[in-house]
Amino acid sequence: MNNVISINTIRFVVLLLLQVLICNQIDFFGFINPYIYIIFIFLFPIKDERLLLLLTSFLLGMLIDLFSDSGGVHAAAAVSLAYVRPILLKSSFGMLYEHHSIKFSTTDIGSLITYITFGTIIHHFILFSLEIFNISNILLILQKTLFSSIFTIILSILIIILFSRNKK
Amino acid sequence: MQQIFNFVIKNKTFLLFLLLFSIAIALTIQSHSYHRSKFINSANFLTGGVYGTMNSVDQYFNLKTENEILAEENKQLREQLLNSKFQTDSSFIDSSYSKSLYKITIADVYKNSYSSTNNILTLNKGRKDSIKEDFGVMTSNGIIGIIANTSNNYSTAISILNTKSKINAKLKSSNHIGSLTWDGKSTRLVQLEDVSQYAPIKIGDTIETGGESSIFPKGIGIGTISDFESDISGDTYTIEVKLFNDMTNLGTVYILESINRPEILNLENSSNE
Repeated sequence: MNNVISINTIRFVVLLLLQVLICNQIDFFGFINPYIYIIFIFLFPIKDERLLLLLTSFLLGMLIDLFSDSGGVHAAAAVSLAYVRPILLKSSFGMLYEHHSIKFSTTDIGSLITYITFGTIIHHFILFSLEIFNISNILLILQKTLFSSIFTIILSILIIILFSRNKK
Repeated sequence: MQQIFNFVIKNKTFLLFLLLFSIAIALTIQSHSYHRSKFINSANFLTGGVYGTMNSVDQYFNLKTENEILAEENKQLREQLLNSKFQTDSSFIDSSYSKSLYKITIADVYKNSYSSTNNILTLNKGRKDSIKEDFGVMTSNGIIGIIANTSNNYSTAISILNTKSKINAKLKSSNHIGSLTWDGKSTRLVQLEDVSQYAPIKIGDTIETGGESSIFPKGIGIGTISDFESDISGDTYTIEVKLFNDMTNLGTVYILESINRPEILNLENSSNE
């Protein structure tokens, strides 16, 4: 149990620093940044309480906001993602979720990709809607959501495969 | 009473979500109003420290370009110095650059952002270096933004690449003024709005600060005209301005303190009453 807590704490800090020091500075084509800190929310232990997940996601989002001067947009998006996570898990993994027996290191890659794709798109759409905060710029919102999502999804899946699949 | 408790316990996840989400939304809305983002900004001990460590590593990699910029600026200053020797007899003195009107502080950019629609810079000078709100930020190439928040050691500046930013600017060739805004699309282009239809506009002309706001002195370069079009009403032009500064590559900047600004504001307030 202690092990789980320490792994998640380390993951929290490492992803936060990776995000603000490297990923926020990429600015691919001038505006595309991956938001890899949501991996923390994706990989949060499933058996644990949802309240804890909501609170830690809020804290993580808030810290990202502190570093990037963006008010509360990351906090709002992260909390929403944490809230819809059980629905995403149920629709992507089906029966496995009902039995609380998902192990991200052993599930098949197809379900993992579905799970991360939908989660990322929801997170990014809320993020950019709040950041731009102007319904007349809906095209800009959709454009940013699309391109950043592609970048985030590819990076997240690579990171998850690299760091959690090798301990079989 | 029992039922209320039951309801709260049953829906505790949803209620917590609602609470956290509304806090986040409130902070977002607050940050959208100019000068109000007091709580969540990167001018604090924690974020300033982390960005400072990173900046000190980053600086080594940019030493060469930084040197070139400094050499270029030295050249310009030397030219000004040489030229000014011949001008001392004439009655014309460029008072806007004179030391008594503006105090300059050198600062490093700890965090530069340009990918969002409301971009904010973090600088490594704060209240201890007597930096206050509404000081101007510029490089040798032109203006960059205006200080919005300060802490003891750090400050944040609203970049000109911010949809909330509005800076007074004018054409160099005439005195027609307009306000400089950004539409959030390209990091190289900003828009000069509300320029009179009578203004003589040519593509390639220079746009500079207007000096009306008393934050920046008159005549600091901003960029050149790359395109222009009439408004729907046909009374004013909207001009696309190509910036002199590469906003994606900022290292050292100057913070301008206008010594006369409090006096000017005081005078304007008293005449409004």
